[in-house]
Amino acid sequence: MLRRTIIRILIFCLTVWVAITVNFIIVRATPVDPIAGILGRMASKGQSVQGGAEIVAFYRDTFALDEPWPVQYFMYLRQLLSGNLGYSLAYFPATVGDVLLHAIPWSLGLLLTAVSIAFVVGNLLGALGSWRRAPLVLRGLIYLSMTISAVPFYLLALILLYLFAFMWPILPTGGSFTVGSTRDFSLATAIDFIRHAILPVGSIALGLVGFWALSMRGVMTTVLDEDYLMYGRVKGLRERTLFLHYGVRNAILPQVTALAIDMGQLISGQVLVEAIFNYPGVGTVLFNALRTSDYFVIQGVVLFIIVSVSLAMLVVDLVYPLIDPRITAGEAGR
Amino acid sequence: MRRRPATVPLIIGATFLGGVLLTVVAGHVLVSPDSTAMFSAVPNLPPDAAHPLGTQSQGRDMLAVMAAAIPATLFVSLLGGGVAVIIGTILGMTAGYFGGVVDGVIRTAVDVALTIPTLAVLILIGASFPVVSLSAMGFIIALTAWMGPARVVRAQVLTLREREFVRIAKLSGLGGFRIIALELLPNLIPFLSAIFVNAVVTATAATIGLEVLGLGPRQTITLGNTIFEALYYTAMWRGMWWWWAPPVIVLVCLFQGLFFIGKALDSIANPRALGATT
Repeated sequence: MLRRTIIRILIFCLTVWVAITVNFIIVRATPVDPIAGILGRMASKGQSVQGGAEIVAFYRDTFALDEPWPVQYFMYLRQLLSGNLGYSLAYFPATVGDVLLHAIPWSLGLLLTAVSIAFVVGNLLGALGSWRRAPLVLRGLIYLSMTISAVPFYLLALILLYLFAFMWPILPTGGSFTVGSTRDFSLATAIDFIRHAILPVGSIALGLVGFWALSMRGVMTTVLDEDYLMYGRVKGLRERTLFLHYGVRNAILPQVTALAIDMGQLISGQVLVEAIFNYPGVGTVLFNALRTSDYFVIQGVVLFIIVSVSLAMLVVDLVYPLIDPRITAGEAGR
Repeated sequence: MRRRPATVPLIIGATFLGGVLLTVVAGHVLVSPDSTAMFSAVPNLPPDAAHPLGTQSQGRDMLAVMAAAIPATLFVSLLGGGVAVIIGTILGMTAGYFGGVVDGVIRTAVDVALTIPTLAVLILIGASFPVVSLSAMGFIIALTAWMGPARVVRAQVLTLREREFVRIAKLSGLGGFRIIALELLPNLIPFLSAIFVNAVVTATAATIGLEVLGLGPRQTITLGNTIFEALYYTAMWRGMWWWWAPPVIVLVCLFQGLFFIGKALDSIANPRALGATT
């Protein structure tokens, strides 16, 4: 157990180090010159001269441009460890950290809502579908959700956007609130907020349901063959008790690990969904940064995504053996 | 004995992929390939007899665009998937066959790479090194898809390694790499075909994702670039469904086709996976 924990933490550190180092190498090798970008910007609008100078100074500091590369590398590590990701070129006085802090709650909310909905619906669908008396409609639904899962989130997002914002214009096309509306703690604000979240949440949840339905059905079929279920049936327990307490309870835990496995894939997908709906999360920040060549923001967001995903996977991996005593030392899910 | 279930998904998958390829054929028959050029037609036309899928706002014929975009996207996907399977197979076989330190290093590399959201890295690469050709795109995309193959091949080799015929080969003095190439590889071919389809799916999703963000090879007409342009010029807001819908529909068919074929190949390669489990 201890050994596993240590190995897992080492892999996390290794991942973060690889990400940071790859980032450093890419920045040094790129033909894109952020400084030239800044100078061009300074020339085009005279008022940001001061800001430009600070950015250039930051860039010099971070990369110690006149020093040999090992020195540059350590300077860069030091800057990152102190949490300094640099300035945004597009919104100058704001640092990359500021921009990220504004976006993170939106992304996190979107992700958690979508994943929770998909987890509940998918597992329910899969569990019910594994039951012997499952109606044909239910099986059909599982197959439907499975084929939908084969399509990436961003394509689902485009289709949903067209269907519910253009063809039947019942939902807004994007953003998080109606432009110009006042935001207070009223019901109207809450409804406006929810209406804007439905399509982005829906695109991700819809794409995930099939994934969980299918694996839940698989796990359930093995669980339902177990002897203790037979015993329960012989004992005369009600079908519902058997299903919920004997079946689902034992099948649901492995599903939690499945949650962690595709985290990277999930986040990658969410970036694009946010960009399509112009939802004010990290993905949209990244999309806008790409359009304006806001280089430090691009780098900062990419590093942030990598570190947070690895951290989330680390937490799930470490917490999982605590909830499921069946998994202890050694081989977990390999 | 239960081989038959593979037939149905195979037919469904082939139908979807056939539909995609038919679009290319229709494009070549109905419109001239030159109609992909800017302002070869009046811009913003809805579909009619001369332009079956209409024209977009740079005056390109949409059917001609689709006929050019589908092969380009397929090229990147197949190249990306292919390279990924080759890298994954080599690493997986080496890890599985030799074990020990080599296995440890490769396994750790796979674990690390699986943790990193690959699209994030691709975005950074795409933003830092603009102007990429289709083949460059394929090779970059392969970076996202080699881990799955490496894992599956390693697991397979671990079981094959203990089989009789490998032991005999070892006793008869065959070297490690020759055993891998001559004894193990042929036995893995059904698996590799299933893995290849899955890798192509991953590669396609990554390619289109990058292109939709505007990070693809911008000079080439591909499905992702077409979606990017349609979004950039607000085709959906202008009611020009014939601009954004064709690439989206073709991609949905492509993913469906690959999904069903992958499923069929999976069940052929791994008969135990039949029945209820995935």
